[in-house]
Amino acid sequence: MSTADLRLAWRDVDWTGIVLAAVMAVVIIGPLVVVGLWAFAEVWRFPSLLPQEWGLRYWGMTLGRADVWAALSVSLQLSFVVTLLSALICLPAAYAFARLDFPGRDVLFLSFLTIQAFPRFGLLISIATIFLTLGLVGTFWGVVLIQLVNTLMFMIWIPTAAFQNVDRRLEEAARDVGAGPIRVFWSVTLPQAFPAIAAAILLTFVGTFYETEGAWLIGAPHVRTMPILMISFINNQLVVQLGAVLSLMLWVPSFLFLLMARRWMGPEALGRGLGG
Amino acid sequence: MATLTLQSLGKSFGTTAAVTGVDLVVGDGELVCLLGPSGSGKSTVLRMVGGFEGPTAGRVLIDGQDVTHLPPERRPTSMMFQSHALWSHMTVAGNIGFGLRLRGLSRADVAQRVDAALDTVGLPGYGPRRTDQLSGGQAQRVALARSLVLEPKILLLDEPFASLDQHLRERLREEVRDLQKRLRITMVFVTHGQDEALALADRIVVMDRGRVQQADRPDRLYRAPATPFVAGFIGQMNLIAGEVAGGRFVQGAMVLAAPVADGPALLAVRPEALAVSFGTGAGRLHRVTDFGSHAVAEIDLPEGTRVKAHLPEAPDAAPGMPVTVTPRRHTLYRDDRVLWVSDTAPGAAPVAVDA
Repeated sequence: MSTADLRLAWRDVDWTGIVLAAVMAVVIIGPLVVVGLWAFAEVWRFPSLLPQEWGLRYWGMTLGRADVWAALSVSLQLSFVVTLLSALICLPAAYAFARLDFPGRDVLFLSFLTIQAFPRFGLLISIATIFLTLGLVGTFWGVVLIQLVNTLMFMIWIPTAAFQNVDRRLEEAARDVGAGPIRVFWSVTLPQAFPAIAAAILLTFVGTFYETEGAWLIGAPHVRTMPILMISFINNQLVVQLGAVLSLMLWVPSFLFLLMARRWMGPEALGRGLGG
Repeated sequence: MATLTLQSLGKSFGTTAAVTGVDLVVGDGELVCLLGPSGSGKSTVLRMVGGFEGPTAGRVLIDGQDVTHLPPERRPTSMMFQSHALWSHMTVAGNIGFGLRLRGLSRADVAQRVDAALDTVGLPGYGPRRTDQLSGGQAQRVALARSLVLEPKILLLDEPFASLDQHLRERLREEVRDLQKRLRITMVFVTHGQDEALALADRIVVMDRGRVQQADRPDRLYRAPATPFVAGFIGQMNLIAGEVAGGRFVQGAMVLAAPVADGPALLAVRPEALAVSFGTGAGRLHRVTDFGSHAVAEIDLPEGTRVKAHLPEAPDAAPGMPVTVTPRRHTLYRDDRVLWVSDTAPGAAPVAVDA
């Protein structure tokens, strides 16, 4: 290769892209690496770039605790139940918003979005006072209910956009070859909207798994989810390694879920779903 | 194989009428084109036949049976959409076989008929492909196979080739034409391209502003347009507004025999029926375009109308030269109806001309 060729190749390199990728790597992956290192560090003092002593002692400590396993189980149960209920409630509502015309449709749709505009904590507190009189505070189903409120936006907004994006002519073509309205929904509308709906379900699951405010306000002290356990760990005894180990453990379920999502749908489908 | 009858069919959206009083009989095995500019109501008529729009007036009958209020899935019609409307979550075979599966055919029967349909449209072996692996033309062929496989009585096509390039469009058009002749399907085809209509149709229904202007054979539409709109829409036509007085049509210096009642009239002359002589007259030559096989002269008449005339070859004439035009054959319209047609025999000269 001549020097001229080299210079050309040099100029062809997309430097903006490389710089952007590097900055994003530092900002996004950097903290993850630090947390990952802390989880396996036994001694790590300031000037050193890497931990002085490595080990699995804190993993043993964390995994040996019964409350960690109980919290993990509660978190998983909670996420599954909330996601399932949210899908059952929100998907038919989303279809109605997208395709049916009924009085008050726009006002109702907006009301789901305005929930997100209020300061969340204020809303949660007023709900908590109602739950207190109903005896729902400190119960699993109380937490399920409060979490459902949080999922409404994603589970209605995204699927509504998804149903709206399904080309009417696809449905008409199915009617044309002999499918009734219900058959058209199951065989054409739902499969066409599925990637975006799957994205909404994924977001709901992960969001519920990590939610702390509602879970803490309604669930404490009887219902302890993983993130709440982590907060109490850090509040009681500031051991960085315990926090790091719990972070990694919390990261596992959502990572598995993301992998599953990748299997169902390509990134472009996910993007299309989120973009509406 | 079926006849389609539309009886004073109408459709209004709120107070706006999209389609008004359409009467039409499409015979068994006939290919009828609905032709018109966008907004003329041709697609709405087709969608009412397919059952996708409910008419606000009139009836739709297929083989004498009233289907006006049947939903699309219970009509013996099949529609081909402009956007092919293939289901992207199914394979090609899945798309074609969907209607068959709904009818409860066995897996083997479905597979066999899907293969036969793919053969018919010239795509053998394409069954397992995904729809996004198809080109635009292939996608339309699959859509055609999906319609044909159900053996509909009437095939409806809503500008199915509009999104394809010119060359492919012409080829698919011929294939559809051959297929229609071979299978003897009754077909209604919507298009806004007159070439497509002239190339395909046994009969053309020209529509404008929701009304049928004329339903006739392609050659009759060209030679005997029933309204000024059809005259201007099919092929090229010079339309000149004027007055009839005392049995003569007068416009500026142009005077033509017109043995009809006095009043305003619209003169229609095809460019090939307009004789031109250069050197004298009140017209002015604007431009000459040489197309090789013939030339077209554009001439400004004194009252401001610009007319076109076909010439066998480009004349040796400069823009601005005085010109006389003489209609060899012409039609007069009044109130959207034919008022008078000149003697079509060549050489029958009008009374007096000086334009």
